[in-house]
Amino acid sequence: MSKRIKVLKTYKIFIDGKFPRTESGRYMQLKKDNKPIANVCLSSRKDIKNAVLSARNAFESWSSKSAYNRSQILYRIAEMMEGNKNQFIEELILQGLDSNKAILEIDQSIDRIIYFAGWPDKINPIFGSVNPVASSHFNFTILEPMGVVGVIAPEENSLLGLISSIIPVILSGNTCVTIVSEKLPLCAISLAEVISNSDVPNGVVNIITGNKDELAPHLAQHMDVNALGINVDNKELKNQMFFQASNNLKRVVDVSKYNIEDSNFESPYIVKKFMEAKTTWHPIEKDFTSTNNY
Amino acid sequence: MSSKIKSLKYNGKWDFSPSIESIENLSIQKEYQLFINGQFQQPLAKKYFPSINPSNEQQLSRIAKAESEDVDMAVKSARAAFNGQWGDISAKERAKYIYRIARLVQEKSKELAIVETLDGGKPIRESRDIDIPLAAAHFFYYAGWADKLEYAFPNRFPKPLGVVGQIIPWNFPLMMAAWKIAPALATGNTVVLKPAESTSITALLLAEIIKEAELPPGVVNIISGDGSTGNLIVNHPDVNKIAFTGSTQVGKSIMQSISGTNKRSTMELGGKAANIIFEDAPLDQAVEGVINGIYFNQGHVCCAGSRLFIQESVYDVVLRKLKDRMQSLVVGNPLDKNTDIGAVNSKQQLATIQKYIDVGVKEGADIFQLNCELPKSGYWCPPTLFTNVSQSHSIAKEEIFGPVLAVQTFRTTQEVINKANNTPYGLSAGVWTDKGSKAFNLASKLKAGVIWANTYNKFDPTSPFGGYKESGHGREGGLHGLSPYLNLE
Amino acid sequence: MILDLKTKVDKLGIEDRVTRITKRSLKSEAKLQGLKMILSMIDLTTLEGMDTNKSVEQLCYKATHLHQEFPDLPNVAAVCVYPNMVKTASNFLKDSKVKVASVATAFPSGNSSLEVKIQETKEAIFNGAEEIDMVISRGKFHSGEYNYVFDEIATIKETCGDKARLKVILETGELGDYDHVRLASEISIKAGADFIKTSTGKIKPAATLPITLVMLEAIKDHYYNTGKMVGMKPAGGISNSKLALQYLIMVKETLGNLWLDKHWFRFGASSLANDVLMQILKQKTGGYQSNNYFSKD
Repeated sequence: MSKRIKVLKTYKIFIDGKFPRTESGRYMQLKKDNKPIANVCLSSRKDIKNAVLSARNAFESWSSKSAYNRSQILYRIAEMMEGNKNQFIEELILQGLDSNKAILEIDQSIDRIIYFAGWPDKINPIFGSVNPVASSHFNFTILEPMGVVGVIAPEENSLLGLISSIIPVILSGNTCVTIVSEKLPLCAISLAEVISNSDVPNGVVNIITGNKDELAPHLAQHMDVNALGINVDNKELKNQMFFQASNNLKRVVDVSKYNIEDSNFESPYIVKKFMEAKTTWHPIEKDFTSTNNY
Repeated sequence: MSSKIKSLKYNGKWDFSPSIESIENLSIQKEYQLFINGQFQQPLAKKYFPSINPSNEQQLSRIAKAESEDVDMAVKSARAAFNGQWGDISAKERAKYIYRIARLVQEKSKELAIVETLDGGKPIRESRDIDIPLAAAHFFYYAGWADKLEYAFPNRFPKPLGVVGQIIPWNFPLMMAAWKIAPALATGNTVVLKPAESTSITALLLAEIIKEAELPPGVVNIISGDGSTGNLIVNHPDVNKIAFTGSTQVGKSIMQSISGTNKRSTMELGGKAANIIFEDAPLDQAVEGVINGIYFNQGHVCCAGSRLFIQESVYDVVLRKLKDRMQSLVVGNPLDKNTDIGAVNSKQQLATIQKYIDVGVKEGADIFQLNCELPKSGYWCPPTLFTNVSQSHSIAKEEIFGPVLAVQTFRTTQEVINKANNTPYGLSAGVWTDKGSKAFNLASKLKAGVIWANTYNKFDPTSPFGGYKESGHGREGGLHGLSPYLNLE
Repeated sequence: MILDLKTKVDKLGIEDRVTRITKRSLKSEAKLQGLKMILSMIDLTTLEGMDTNKSVEQLCYKATHLHQEFPDLPNVAAVCVYPNMVKTASNFLKDSKVKVASVATAFPSGNSSLEVKIQETKEAIFNGAEEIDMVISRGKFHSGEYNYVFDEIATIKETCGDKARLKVILETGELGDYDHVRLASEISIKAGADFIKTSTGKIKPAATLPITLVMLEAIKDHYYNTGKMVGMKPAGGISNSKLALQYLIMVKETLGNLWLDKHWFRFGASSLANDVLMQILKQKTGGYQSNNYFSKD
């Protein structure tokens, strides 16, 4: 009986609900203890372009879904992740974590998704308002998603950091293009697999692996991206992104300010950062028996 | 001219064949026990009462009757759980338990819907499409609040109240259980819940789900029984809050019972909602809303639009449309997927409805009833409407809780606002007009806890529900549904 | 005549009503009866640039020989073709009860002069058309020239005389919203339409349940105002029996028994007939059917 040969996994990127290879054909080899462990796509700006296109197309229907529906889909991601726990643990260990830390990280990640899954239908009751204007108008403010958000996930902390960069962004109806950790990308692809099993519509989450310095500027400069959520340690790259983002006045959120490992990260305020406020006025008739205010 | 034109006929040429939901795989137990401290157990006095299927008067099962010692045991378990496991676990983990309940309800939705229909008489289409999904949604919604309470009340660190006693009605049995249990658990309380006497089974199936979800014992206790069981819960000294949905009359007596104690309360009581059609309303859609508002669920709805106000200029047209629309309503076997109006929940309720119909005729209103064949056994009432009703008629003042609509007219906005508000109730109201500013004017003036503009009978876990005046106090649903279960001092 | 947006239509309300209708469950006898009715109401349609005499004749053959095994099935109501194919169809169908319907008035766009439209109508009728499916001038409608739209319909109706029934196509997919569909319906009805029809089938969206309901409501109000009946025809996009049955239930619950008749309700469809046959066969035999057993003409 000969030894069974393992089927090696091909790591592709995740765009529009599908798993293409980078259209540049390039790859980067990940090593552990000097042994190759995976070949990961070295994506190009064309992949960024395609991902943004897909995210834009997905925005209308994702943001029109009821908050309840989005909550359920996010909860399903958690369900699917719980079922695939072992895959994530293996990859975290492969990427250098010890097994206790790996288990902690996946548990924290799943619980964090569940935490945020409860927010979509509660943001507006808390942060929206009915405004008692002085004239006879019904005036209300609601928070709405912004559109396509470019996300740079943290370099270390490849799973919890990744979840924390993506979930608060999409829960309100935004879609995203995520450039993941360059050195630790394996969990990102597994996450993509979980997401594609979770009723998340195509294009809501797009995951790109590759060289951060090369790819980030394309996202930062893209005129059809409405906001950026970046977790970047390199000060130069960060400043460059802020600078480039001003070409169409993207809202830029510096997520690195928050401590991802801390449970205080779990709050609605990070969600609110990726939302816009819209105020609407509508007259309220008054009968001519009621007193005039002016 | 129009009086010479023959009314359209809707039946007799192409009628629906029976389309009965299969109950082959269903098994209803011969007997249901009390759910106390995580276990199903017999009532100490071993008393049971029958649960009848109102569509054929046959017995479905025997239900345990909780008496004084059972109630005491339930409250003690709830207290122990509150002081112990439920109090100890983090809010995050509490949330996960409630999410489990939501998912299990979704998984078992078909079975729950069928049992709800058999036990209560409501059409399978309603239980399947409205009751059960909304119940699951309520659990799902409040699960999300459990670990987020610090955001709900500025400058407050909310604490749970302790043990809450909950008494629910028979018109939306499982949905009402969800409306009560979900926010109570999310806020960290423990529960003793009594389902309505005539519709206990789905609550006890929910108990099975709660057990399957592995909730710590005592967190939720479901004890079936009759009015006396309810009284025992209300008067138990170790219950911190009473949540009651039911008639105004019983609500008043509960408030009397707890006066002078520290018990908190929410009351969701009766209503006599005004549904108002202006001449500029989209009339066909308004008529649909009116039909939905009074005949849906056999009129057993506290927020039913039981008083219709039609602006005089469109009176004839609206009435004609109403009567035509009624012709397409199907009254019959609740298990038939085409049934719109199922069985009246009980013999007593049918007697009450019939009494009001007789009173309506006696007081001089004109009656119109759908002429349809009714099954030989069971409790049935065809959709009914009264015209030439005046504000002082009993049928315009008192809650009938059946498929009976009282129609009045009005000329001006001010007039209808006065008439609509002229009632001790204040649960809900409906406004139909094409003009947004008029809708908001009415909304600002009508004294009711829920205003439906250009729609009716819409419910959502995020939308607060509750009444003004004698329709009760407190709100269920939304952020507002949290404070009744919290200590915010 | 003052024609303006008087009747309000609430979109969400219409869609709620439609949702309720789609939950109706048809089984056994009721379903079979419905399927047979649908069959009798189909206007079998071919409106392609590449229609030939032979392809039209084939369609006419299908119209009169639906399925060998079930001679008790009704024929379709009509065959619908372009004006230059009317003679071919008419000759083929002269001994049958299947009617010949012709589109006219510069179908599908309607962008020609009134003279051309009148002429086309006359020719079609001369060649044997018993029904005329005309299109309204959507451009004029959107410009607010409602009286023009009205007059045009009235003129074509006059041209038809008592020789042909007039169906007026609103092209609802181009009208914008339900209020405008209602207005176009009222204009057409008042101008003399025998039928109001949703679409040419050349653009999407074609017929939908909510739009059909809006039109049925207009017809119902007209009936109660005048005592006169007007027919209705949804066209395009109705390719399966389940959907067609939902339309029929909608007719039943809105207009009642009188309209459950091919004289007052039609389906503009081509592949629907095969699906109805398959469903009828399933009802009779109990098994699901395959496309291969029904001729595709």
